[in-house]
Amino acid sequence: MTISREDIEKVAVLARIRVDDEQVSALETDLGNILDLVDQLSAADTDAVEPMAHPLNAVQRLRPDEVTETNQREAFQAIAPATENGLYLVPRVIE
Amino acid sequence: MHNKSVAELSRELESGKISSVELAQQFLDRIEQEDGKYNSFITVTEDQALADAKAADELRAAGNATPWTGIPFAHKDIFCTNGVRTTCGSKMLENFVPPYNATVTENFRKAGAVCLGKTNMDEFAMGSSNESSHFGPVTNPWGMKRVPGGSSGGSATAVAARLVPAATATDTGGSIRQPAALCGVTGLKPTYGRVSRYGMIAFASSLDQGGTMARTAEDNALMLNVMAGFDPKDSTSLDREVPDYTATLNEPLKGLRIGLPKEYFSDQLSPAMEEQVRAAVKEYEKLGATVKEVSLPNAKLAIAAYYVIAPAEASANLSRFDGVRYGYRCEDPKDLMDLYTRTRAEGFGTEVKRRILVGTYALSAGYFDAYYLKAQKVRRLIQQDFINAFKDVDVLMSPTTPSPAFIQGEKTSDPVTMYLEDVFTIAINLAGIPAMSVPAGFIDGLPVGLQIIGDYFSEARLLNAAHQFQQVTDWHQREPQ
Repeated sequence: MTISREDIEKVAVLARIRVDDEQVSALETDLGNILDLVDQLSAADTDAVEPMAHPLNAVQRLRPDEVTETNQREAFQAIAPATENGLYLVPRVIE
Repeated sequence: MHNKSVAELSRELESGKISSVELAQQFLDRIEQEDGKYNSFITVTEDQALADAKAADELRAAGNATPWTGIPFAHKDIFCTNGVRTTCGSKMLENFVPPYNATVTENFRKAGAVCLGKTNMDEFAMGSSNESSHFGPVTNPWGMKRVPGGSSGGSATAVAARLVPAATATDTGGSIRQPAALCGVTGLKPTYGRVSRYGMIAFASSLDQGGTMARTAEDNALMLNVMAGFDPKDSTSLDREVPDYTATLNEPLKGLRIGLPKEYFSDQLSPAMEEQVRAAVKEYEKLGATVKEVSLPNAKLAIAAYYVIAPAEASANLSRFDGVRYGYRCEDPKDLMDLYTRTRAEGFGTEVKRRILVGTYALSAGYFDAYYLKAQKVRRLIQQDFINAFKDVDVLMSPTTPSPAFIQGEKTSDPVTMYLEDVFTIAINLAGIPAMSVPAGFIDGLPVGLQIIGDYFSEARLLNAAHQFQQVTDWHQREPQ
């Protein structure tokens, strides 16, 4: 299966990963080969098959809607790349 | 001491022949002297280890020792360790120091074990050769130009080279069993949900499973006794009673029904490998087991299903690495999009980016049904194959890998060739059942692994089968020179 440069560039934007022209060329080959491998799935008859999201058919466990975690903001922000006054810093979004 | 198993070391500590501090120091010295050749550790925590060993000696003196008190071991660098950097083999987390312990980490700490450091791994556990780590490749101690397997290759090498007697590991598509096989050690991937995933950095959430790696099945049982159990912090953890995995190790195997999946003994297996595996199965027959051929008709689709599901889940899990809250951030981002895209382009390695892109593609509009939904349906077929097989047999046996350890660099340029290294292990993760790799021979001086596959929650039976095999063979005792 072929995957176009445009597809790769579009997916890279969705995945929030910058790729340069040279990388797009390499990815065309690699992703094309991987999708060829994956295309084997189309041979399987799965019309009457339920998709399997969890090996043990477990259901989502719920707990009482109560606060159980203590506030650890200082510990978490101590490992952040940039913080100020208890907030995470990112480049300005709105001028 | 470095040649002794966990069980033997535990007895030495109990008898007072050696202290925990002396033992930790011996292994730390070995790591310092030997690991330059292997690169199996990313971080060695000497000061913390010696402090923990001193505390273990005090605990023992007070009469409060467990089988793990004072036992040195290592954690795969995917388990968060409070105050100790946890990199997951990535530049993205090169300087990440978690403010909390994974449940697995905490369980070993409570048992009194002494962690000597964090072992090298393929970046974010993606890889079958341990060549994708940001911290450099790991070398197989059985062949200095060969790979140890991935992604738990650091743990496998550290155990094989006698730098630690045991190490934790994780398995998403074979990452415990494949490196265990290529390095000649014993490794167990438990049933999905048996060991908590809390604090284990996620790659593919419906497949990832923490497990054990050591020289003997008995040591794997001792490890699983510490690791297994329900964890309310992990929504995928199962609330089910945990047996004492050492209690049934010595049960006889008479009457054990072994199935050999014919699809795993096909032309993709070399004659030499098949000969070794069939010889191992013969040993089981001598122990009283019966053998029959079984079929897993959808096994051929496992790799295709895996390489949709795992990248899809990875693309979601790794979206958290955005340069905002922790981990790597690019220099001087000009706007928010620039921050995200450059941080992720610079912080992730080639294989990780490749899988994120494949996963994003499979989940994107127009492709979801054709790829992701289809793969989840095929996954059900694969699971059904195993359920059918276990109606007639107690365990399945197969080779763990198609060949012994390959040469470094041999498969890095072609990801699909690399993916085929997990051809015998991946279906087990898709089904969520447990499996082990046990040393079962050598080809040209390189170890061969026998894979033993069990039904859900049959870890005790697998460990029993592996232990009995290790009572009549010595493959697991061989040491690389």
